[in-house]
Amino acid sequence: MVTKRVIPCLDVAEGRVVKGVRFTSLRDCGDPAALAEEYMNSGADELVMLDVSATDEGRATALETVAAIRERLAIPLTVGGGVRSVSDAERLLEAGADKVSVNSAAVADPAILTEIADRLGRQCAVVAIDARKCHDGWTVLVRSGKDDARRDAVAFAVQAVEAGAGEVLLTSWDRDGTGEGYDLDLLRAVSRAVHVPVIASGGAKDARHMAEAFLAGADAVLAASIFHDREARVWDIKDELAGFGVTVRL
Amino acid sequence: MSTVAILTTGVANVASVAAAFHRLGTEPVTAETPEAVERADRLVVPGVGAFGAAMDRLHGLGLVAPLRKRIEAGRPTLAICLGMQILFESSEESPGCEGLGVASGVVGAFPGGVRSPHFGWNRVHPRPGPGTIEPGHYYFANSFRVAHHPAGWDAAWCEHGGAFLAAVTRGGVLACQFHPELSGTLGQSLIGEWLARSDQW
Repeated sequence: MVTKRVIPCLDVAEGRVVKGVRFTSLRDCGDPAALAEEYMNSGADELVMLDVSATDEGRATALETVAAIRERLAIPLTVGGGVRSVSDAERLLEAGADKVSVNSAAVADPAILTEIADRLGRQCAVVAIDARKCHDGWTVLVRSGKDDARRDAVAFAVQAVEAGAGEVLLTSWDRDGTGEGYDLDLLRAVSRAVHVPVIASGGAKDARHMAEAFLAGADAVLAASIFHDREARVWDIKDELAGFGVTVRL
Repeated sequence: MSTVAILTTGVANVASVAAAFHRLGTEPVTAETPEAVERADRLVVPGVGAFGAAMDRLHGLGLVAPLRKRIEAGRPTLAICLGMQILFESSEESPGCEGLGVASGVVGAFPGGVRSPHFGWNRVHPRPGPGTIEPGHYYFANSFRVAHHPAGWDAAWCEHGGAFLAAVTRGGVLACQFHPELSGTLGQSLIGEWLARSDQW
């Protein structure tokens, strides 16, 4: 059976790894390629790199960062941040990404997922959904959490998968960087609604949070802070997960 | 040392495949013509995308006959993911489209009730024999799979909604449903062994 995946996430701005709380207050966490290799060697199943650059120059360096990571990385790499067209996606693949995640552009028009799936394959098309709790469910945020798209996150996940997304990267804005654990209700709702793998993101502090996410239906868990801060190595987390009865690659 | 050529007929994760060879100390070249496919000492057929679109491109570039010929002859060829699926006769992904047909049978969808695409690390069970694939977890990203044993090929198996082919080998041909270039140290060794072994063919 396919194992549950543990995926460190590199938020990259201007060629450096950064991490914030609720998408802001960014602080420097190191060189992307060096961290990527370290995570691979310590048991990461896959990596996600999100370009959170604030400037055009920063975004231009993202392709170089992808290429530098690729030369060292023998596990899958998903890259997202600012992907607006199929040609953006193609450039990332040419630079060394294996999958491309689309956020705001997919909310504006899910057809971009269809185009990526048709041209590059469904397994390349990841929809990244930033969801924020509201009175009757979750709303979709866009532009790095700055704007409320006023769309129901679960309904949008279904629409994105119908359009062509082969995977859902589901981030809880409320939990991001807080260490309070994943939003399990959100995870349950989305993983029941779609047939493609769901990656839980936002809020993990330890292996227990990850085990909870797997129980709630996640196929993979994403975490940044706990790995960047060297609070835990990926192997240690996976050992603990195995202890909780989760099937992982050891 | 003889060269490695990567077939680049469309957008695929060619950079990941090339990087795997860089780490083994080899600088691969690209191949996109019938002559290059015939000439290549070792050929890599990477594959992402849909079965029908991939076969259309191969037909358009006149690559179907030279690919069939080198695979029938067992010349060193590494086919990855969709690159493995097109060895078969056809696929449920693109009804009515013929594959290379060098391996018998049809590529089918995963049964309902399991996650598809089949994304992630899954255990591969090789059959003992020459060219044995090291057992362990390899990385897969596929929505379709082959669930039967094609005659004349050695097979390794995996499990997701029933048994399916993880890889088949014959002569110098190694075709993997998983991505060896993304399968960490196990995948890296497999590519290295194929490189070393392919000197014999």
